Amino acid sequence: MAGTALRRRLAWQVATVAAVRTETATASTIELVADWDGHRAGQHVDVRVTAEDGYSAERSYSIASAPGESLAITVQRLDDGEVSPYLTTELRAGDQLEVRGPIGGYFVWDAAGARSPLLLVAGGSGIVPLRAILRHRERAGSAVPARLVYSARSLPDVIYLDELDRYAGDVSVTYALTRHQPPGWTGHRGRVDGALLASLAWPADDGATAYVCGPTAFVETIADGLTKLGYPPQRVKTERFGGPGGP
Amino acid sequence: MDALDGNAIGGLLHEVFGTEMTAATGTCAACGARAQVAEFAVYLRTPGTVARCRRCSAVLMVIVTAHGMNCVDLRGLAELVAT
Repeated sequence: MAGTALRRRLAWQVATVAAVRTETATASTIELVADWDGHRAGQHVDVRVTAEDGYSAERSYSIASAPGESLAITVQRLDDGEVSPYLTTELRAGDQLEVRGPIGGYFVWDAAGARSPLLLVAGGSGIVPLRAILRHRERAGSAVPARLVYSARSLPDVIYLDELDRYAGDVSVTYALTRHQPPGWTGHRGRVDGALLASLAWPADDGATAYVCGPTAFVETIADGLTKLGYPPQRVKTERFGGPGGP
Repeated sequence: MDALDGNAIGGLLHEVFGTEMTAATGTCAACGARAQVAEFAVYLRTPGTVARCRRCSAVLMVIVTAHGMNCVDLRGLAELVAT
């Protein structure tokens, strides 16, 4: 029946942790075994953890894995967080979590039929859904040209550094390091500003689609910058998250 | 408090409406602005969840979850169309 998949009830289910992989000092990727019909690049899942006293908390996390891969999320630890410290430091393989998803139909990219160049702009852990997009693009053999601009506090804070380096021949990857730069760093220092964006973004006439994910203030700045460069609003997809106040 | 956006309530809205809603289009009853739900300004740490119009800040949606029930107020929306 048409629409059945779309209208499938969004039910909570128990997922089992297959592995927890350390990405940076504060971020971990959690691989999950769940009853999973697949997802689109850019979607997220809701995660619910319940304490022994019955108190439960829900959070939304972007899916880090590509369509066709099993479910994985990457979680950035917030020191004052209720859920992320547990997920990043206490969770072990074999533990169980409640999840529901996949969720979202706006901040998504499908390789099939995609033509317009991709501009991916990440602030901090906003890289997670964009990594899913890049991974999907590679696995699907998509020829769509892609550029990534990734703002992080320092190089050790860059999530998926090795994987992003692997894409570098095919995808233009630019890091903006806002707080600490390694000795001899020749890349961008400081926040992504209008000049950097203008030099890296596809010209508006190319019909590129931008995906911008990061803390609220970061996303607003980038979206405004892209508007000034002539990107129409429908070509700028944004996803904001709360958290540590910016990269 | 920084606003998030409608992506953050994709799960809650799916639960309420029974379908994907972040790509749905809503029209503000106050100023007439049309936007996708993912673009609404969303506040989670209020008593309930509040979505506001990015153009005029009018309240578009209020969802309060209590005793396992979602109470949904959509009076701020002139129209809400799922894709």
